[in-house]
Amino acid sequence: MIYLELFLSFLKIGAFTFGGGYAMISIIRETVLAHGWMTESELLNFIAVAESTPGPIAVNMATFVGASQGGFVGSLLATIGVVLPSFIIILIVAALISNLLKYKGVNAFLGGIRPCIVAMILATAVTLGLSTLFSFHSIGDALLPDGKGIIIFLILLAIHFGYRLISKKRVSPILMILLSAVLGIFLYA
Amino acid sequence: MKKDKWKTYGQLFLTMLKIGAFTFGGGYAMIALLENEFIAKKEWIKKEEFLNMVAIAESTPGPIAINSATYIGYKIGGVFGSVIATLGMVLPSFTIIFIISLFFDRFLSLTYVGYAFKGIQVCVIYLIVTAGIKLLKEMEKSVWNVIIALSVFLAMILCSVFAVQFSSIFYILISGVVGLLVYGIVRLKKKGDEDS
Repeated sequence: MIYLELFLSFLKIGAFTFGGGYAMISIIRETVLAHGWMTESELLNFIAVAESTPGPIAVNMATFVGASQGGFVGSLLATIGVVLPSFIIILIVAALISNLLKYKGVNAFLGGIRPCIVAMILATAVTLGLSTLFSFHSIGDALLPDGKGIIIFLILLAIHFGYRLISKKRVSPILMILLSAVLGIFLYA
Repeated sequence: MKKDKWKTYGQLFLTMLKIGAFTFGGGYAMIALLENEFIAKKEWIKKEEFLNMVAIAESTPGPIAINSATYIGYKIGGVFGSVIATLGMVLPSFTIIFIISLFFDRFLSLTYVGYAFKGIQVCVIYLIVTAGIKLLKEMEKSVWNVIIALSVFLAMILCSVFAVQFSSIFYILISGVVGLLVYGIVRLKKKGDEDS
């Protein structure tokens, strides 16, 4: 039953993603790949859409995957699923234990999770980079570098660090997405 | 009195709707908007309470935007307030993404859009890499943090290379438990030092 599967999968994503934003990508990626709801490149396409539209990436992802697999009802259930755990947890915290972070045990637990999330984001980036830029998924695959993709990646990095030197700020992600779209058309067409 | 209450709910909903519709770039950009609306403009929440809310929203699972909306909604209007606020926060992205989902496949099948998205896929990897590096820089480089980060990083890469399925949820739970154990050991050791 696709509706129940969507609801439960996104309930799990909502309940176990700490840190927001890209911290959620590795769990979302595992879930959509394991169910065959998206391919890796579809996932990347959609992350770009989620980054360019308002709203949290996990909610956007739930709505999109839900809609593609189960129409309106599917997107509604997936979205409710992803929101429900935070809603319930925050309600309990706000009502009963608003001094949650004063407990040393809670802080110790969160302190352990923080470096884990940093590592998860970086590992996901490496895995995605290997599969997208080198067509390498798992052992046994040959490394097939996509020269054009690598050029785009290097250009983006150069701009990123160049801009940091001048202004100490990050270039807006949306600007970088637009630039890479232009580069994609120039190089691949 | 009753009329005032409904007015508050209405304002709460509309404010969250507005923030939900205009926060690009995720949680932290939104916190600034929330602060502006709920502390500076409306004075519905005290600064101290707000900072506590941000810390809790960051430390509990789920998107920061949703956590903040639920928390602020509850503080202003109880359980009903939290429902209204969360709904307001989710509705804009839900509507936008649902509409996009209706056209996205057809849009992608246009030849030049396809090329553009080949470039955009590379950009998403760049975005994830730089987000990770930023967090890595901000991370406190204590021995245990480095050990946890390095182990999780290597384990995830190895699992992926050898096509072993191991849910990220376990990494999170294990790291949390390691955090607890480290805290316990440090405390015991301190106690031992004091006793001797």
